[in-house]
Amino acid sequence: MKALSCLLLLCSFPLLAETGFQPVSGSEYLSPQMREMQEDDFANPGMETVDYGRELFHRVDEEGHRCAECHGEEGRGLNLARIASYPIYDPEQERPITLQDQVNICREERMDNFPLVYDCKELVGLETYLKYLARGQVIAVQTDGPMKPFYEEGKRLYHQRFGQMEMACFLCHDQHRGAWLRGQRLNQGQSNGFPVYRLSTSRITSLHRRFSECLASFRAEPFLPGSDEYINLEVYVNARGNGLKIETPAIRD
Amino acid sequence: MRSFLLLLGMGGLAHGGADAYLDWEMRDYAIEQPLGGLKGDAARGRAIARDRSRGNCLACHRMPIPEEEFHGTLGPSLHGIGSRLTEGQIRLRIVDQKQLNPMTIMPGFYRNPRYFNRVADEYEGRTILTPQEVEDLVAYLVTLKGGKE
Ligand code: HEC
Ligand code: HEC
Repeated sequence: MKALSCLLLLCSFPLLAETGFQPVSGSEYLSPQMREMQEDDFANPGMETVDYGRELFHRVDEEGHRCAECHGEEGRGLNLARIASYPIYDPEQERPITLQDQVNICREERMDNFPLVYDCKELVGLETYLKYLARGQVIAVQTDGPMKPFYEEGKRLYHQRFGQMEMACFLCHDQHRGAWLRGQRLNQGQSNGFPVYRLSTSRITSLHRRFSECLASFRAEPFLPGSDEYINLEVYVNARGNGLKIETPAIRD
Repeated sequence: MRSFLLLLGMGGLAHGGADAYLDWEMRDYAIEQPLGGLKGDAARGRAIARDRSRGNCLACHRMPIPEEEFHGTLGPSLHGIGSRLTEGQIRLRIVDQKQLNPMTIMPGFYRNPRYFNRVADEYEGRTILTPQEVEDLVAYLVTLKGGKE
């Protein structure tokens, strides 16, 4: 608990300081009908993944363990504010770990089980369930101290041009935010609704998959889910949204 | 900067699959000579501007193409662009807008691929458009006369 309050004190609001604008959730760009769908648990198709994650959380695994054994039924023992501050620096691995990494650490160290492949169905399901439990929590990613080099590297990637079209994240999500790219409104590329359910593809979409979709759209070779590049980008992108509330599972086009 | 001459393009490419890159010359922020001496066709140019897998200009620009919905607003309207810019100025903006504005979001449709970083395999060593497609677009854009919409 002490560590957490230090962490909250340390975290800053980088987007405002760097760009002069406040973070705005992607949900603010939705049509009223889609917002309604997102906010109604009975209509939100992302709830299917939440239910799947809930089932995994309570299911006894091959080694006889369940997440709920340590974290309580319905995750009542979880520190929800902490869930809103991932990626968190792990002194043992000397790098930031994401929520999916943390699930794997629990599996290996406490459940005596194999780690799962990054962004596989199970990890995305558990991540969706955990973030859903933390809905409404304020995002607070640490950007200084040991996190600084990773944050800076993520920021560098965010401003680097990639692919045949030589696009960079900041061009669409900072410089031209609010403009129309054909029929799509450019939002700030915030991560507070992830994993999101996309109506155009009828599937739950993890943050790393969304990074890959943006990169592929300008004909760049995506990085791998769980790669250092994507984890550093996640540090930067999540921290850009410090102050926003978690809205998982959000609905998008 | 007047009469300042810049030579760009380094000729042949390291990667197979695409045609050799054609040199071009920028003078006074314009490319006067058609790429490869090719002649453009305005009707084909209009089709390329609409085509999402080729020019896809409508992603960012409003153009007098009323049969398509949802023109983008990232870039300026191209209504009347042929009255505001010369043919050579239009050609440079399609070929490599970064010569004018290094920070632009507009892709260089005939930029030298050796500048590209981490291109997906299938596009490695390739320009976005062929010289003929660029000339077709130029031929189309010069016909857009009149005021901004
Ligand atoms: C050419 C424009 C463009 C570029 C460059 C771009 N994106 Fe996007 N991005 C989009 C569009 C369009 C969307 C979909 C908007 C929506 O979700 O409604 C999007 C959505 C996103 C989202 C989801 C936001 C939400 O609220 O659901 C994230 C996160 C994101 N982008 C991150 C990135 C990152 C990281 C990069 C660089 C690797 C990048 N984008 C580069 C156009 C772009
Ligand atoms: C991803 C966005 C994007 C795409 C795609 C795009 N442009 Fe642009 N374009 C811009 C922006 C932004 C500008 C403003 C100048 C700048 O950024 O330096 C511009 C400027 C221009 C200009 C100069 C306009 C003026 O009033 O001076 C022309 C001509 C032009 N574009 C033509 C095209 C054509 C033709 C295509 C398609 C083959 C195209 N553009 C595709 C974003 C784009």
